[in-house]
Amino acid sequence: MGILRLRGASRRAASRWGVPRVVALGLVVGVAAGVTVLEAAQPPTTAAQDGFVPMGDVPPEEQMPAAPLVAAAYAVVWAIAVGYLWTIWQRMGTVEADLADVTRRIEDRDEA
Amino acid sequence: MTAMNRRLFPVLAGLAAFFFVTAPIVIIRAPYESTMGLVQKIFYFHFPAWMAMFLAVFVLGIASVQYLFRGKPAADRLAVAAAELAVVFGLMGLITGPLWGIKAWGVWWQWDARLTMAVILELILVAYLLLRQYGGAGSERLAAGVGIFAMANVPFLYVSTEIWRTVHPRTSVVPTLPVDFGLPLWWSFAGFIVLCMALLAARARLEEQRAALDRLYLALEED
Amino acid sequence: MREFLRVAWLVFRKDLRVESRSRELLFTTVFFAISCVLVFSFGFVRAGRAVEGAAAGILWIAIAFSGTLALGRAFERERYHDALRGLLLAPVARPAIYVGKLAGLLLLLAVVEAIVTVMVAFLFEAPLFRHPVRLFALLSLGTLGFAGVGTLFSAMLVRARSRAVLLPVLLYPVTIPVLIMGVSGTAVLIDPEPNLAMARLWIGLLFFFDTVFLTLALWTFEPVMTE
Repeated sequence: MGILRLRGASRRAASRWGVPRVVALGLVVGVAAGVTVLEAAQPPTTAAQDGFVPMGDVPPEEQMPAAPLVAAAYAVVWAIAVGYLWTIWQRMGTVEADLADVTRRIEDRDEA
Repeated sequence: MTAMNRRLFPVLAGLAAFFFVTAPIVIIRAPYESTMGLVQKIFYFHFPAWMAMFLAVFVLGIASVQYLFRGKPAADRLAVAAAELAVVFGLMGLITGPLWGIKAWGVWWQWDARLTMAVILELILVAYLLLRQYGGAGSERLAAGVGIFAMANVPFLYVSTEIWRTVHPRTSVVPTLPVDFGLPLWWSFAGFIVLCMALLAARARLEEQRAALDRLYLALEED
Repeated sequence: MREFLRVAWLVFRKDLRVESRSRELLFTTVFFAISCVLVFSFGFVRAGRAVEGAAAGILWIAIAFSGTLALGRAFERERYHDALRGLLLAPVARPAIYVGKLAGLLLLLAVVEAIVTVMVAFLFEAPLFRHPVRLFALLSLGTLGFAGVGTLFSAMLVRARSRAVLLPVLLYPVTIPVLIMGVSGTAVLIDPEPNLAMARLWIGLLFFFDTVFLTLALWTFEPVMTE
């Protein structure tokens, strides 16, 4: 009982202090300060950084062998996705085998 | 939740598979970008992978807040699933990025603001998983605290190219894309988001089964 | 608010009194910091000349390492006899306990930094005291961010298994931004031609990160410490 009362008092002390309000205030101050500071000392942007420039035609010597890189990137994404799904599958199998085992043991014990 | 997960997963997985199988066709038909040419097509997997990671990190952060302040066990299970997925999608982004960079920038890696923040976020998430794995009993609460810190990093990562101009293209490019570039992007974007949700459902289900197993073990030992 | 500060002050004074009897934390941390800088100077000073541009990094690595050591021990005393539970059961705002603990650590780290900065300036011939006010701002804001997150994590990990390993594992990824800003800001200051606008930028960024980290730490301390 004594502990409960103490906990309640602690809760009240915290809420009187108004943690969420302080959090909100702190974030606002921090963001404002950060943005002001970052506005200074910035190099200018290029067209390709600011927007997307579609290409007309590119001379053949400009076209580096990009195909293997693109293929590798796609293959990696596929491999990671499938590999991760496989690990979930494996882990699920283990857990479900254990579940069945424990359920059987509980049933055996209840019958005995 | 459990029943919903079981029914949700096949639907989401089927949708993700559809988007992923058709995405290359849509992407091949897209025009080439002016300065980078073919290699720019990595973008159609690179950007959605990061967006899926951000989604996972937001799920992690919100679930952590739910668990920490409301004490919902289901939120905690969702948080583990989301953290693992964030690491997986972050890995995709971290590998496809250099494959693009070696062609577009001429180097595999550059310590600019965006790339540095991305690595830091990935490190925080791996640390989160390590804490859960080796922290012992009660580490869920602590991990939830770390999860909130991880979510706090995402806005910085997102705006890092906006306010800190670097070699990395700015994120504000994306809404300005012409339709030819936009369609394949949103196509694979949808694929990645659906894939993320499908894996989230599957991973959360695994965690539920584990919780059920723990309960059964306790019941077995009790009497 | 006055009550809050009073509790923080009481926790701080308790730690100070315990420390003033044994001086365990002070002596071990300072000794570790000194040996850290010495190890670096064996590695990076060749034939009487320091490797160029290493001083800023070494200063901050020494601070981060000895800070981790101090943070790891910060809640060690509260582990015995359930003292932490007693502290948390007190009818006071829990964030005040966090602030009190943090104040103690900041004082300890200030002592460490005073020694380490002089040593680095001396051993690596770095003109660290050319802009003392800016250096002070960088060091104090950097330490505040590092120790602010560290105190929360150290408090969290009191009950965890393998906490000695997990503290750096969690602390470094989260605080790398603070360390990067500290190192970059210090490097700008000791450059032969210091770019003071850049230094101001790094100081502002540190302030920004500190605000976010500290508000998050204050916000999560209570629920994380509740069993």
